[in-house]
Amino acid sequence: MTFRAQGMRAWLLQRFSAAYLALFVLAAVLWLATGGSADYSGWRALLGRPVVSVAFALFFLSLFFHAWVGIRDVLMDYVPNLKLRLLLLVAVALLLMGLAVWSALILISVYLS
Amino acid sequence: MPSRSARPRFLNLFQIRQPITALVSIIHRISGVLLFLSLPFAVGLLHLSLRSAGDYQRVLHWLALPGMKLLGLLLGWAILHHFFAGLRFLLLDLDLGLRLQTARATAWSVFAIVAVFFLLLAWRLA
Repeated sequence: MTFRAQGMRAWLLQRFSAAYLALFVLAAVLWLATGGSADYSGWRALLGRPVVSVAFALFFLSLFFHAWVGIRDVLMDYVPNLKLRLLLLVAVALLLMGLAVWSALILISVYLS
Repeated sequence: MPSRSARPRFLNLFQIRQPITALVSIIHRISGVLLFLSLPFAVGLLHLSLRSAGDYQRVLHWLALPGMKLLGLLLGWAILHHFFAGLRFLLLDLDLGLRLQTARATAWSVFAIVAVFFLLLAWRLA
């Protein structure tokens, strides 16, 4: 893969994740506008539906990749010191990976208890 | 070619009146960073809201606190701007609205639409 193609991949990832995030947010807002969930059991039941779990899992996946490309771009633009930039990139990557594991565990936990 | 440090630096961004399209863009960035910073707290709230009925009530109670409502308003604004400015960027990527006049008009529209939804959000949260 050429150097240019790597930038292209991030660019595409940013756009496709954006499209899914927009659809998910739209669905969530519509759900909230039409009453949403009033109590704990209803909320659990909603997240206990496989189709909702998958939609959330895709949402988190898109969200964390989208955030990664965005923050990466911001750091590349505003942090000229390469060592500091690398340090921040690693910190952001670790944070996002941690959040990905955490959110996956949350989605799975609904089925376990 | 002059060395990196010898290059002239005279750009004071705050003394330049930025075009409306540039404002949409930089605020898209700022709102994105804000949303990124909120991610750990958002995932934490989701965790609590699904853990037990008591924790669910606690989350609702926190979200109803005045300070949290203010924070919710800020993040709500960030989502709105990021959403509508992002939509505009996606359309630009598809070569839609590239003419300068059109691009300026859609940039103004982003601010207008965000303002309307923000007022709606503030009214719902109040």
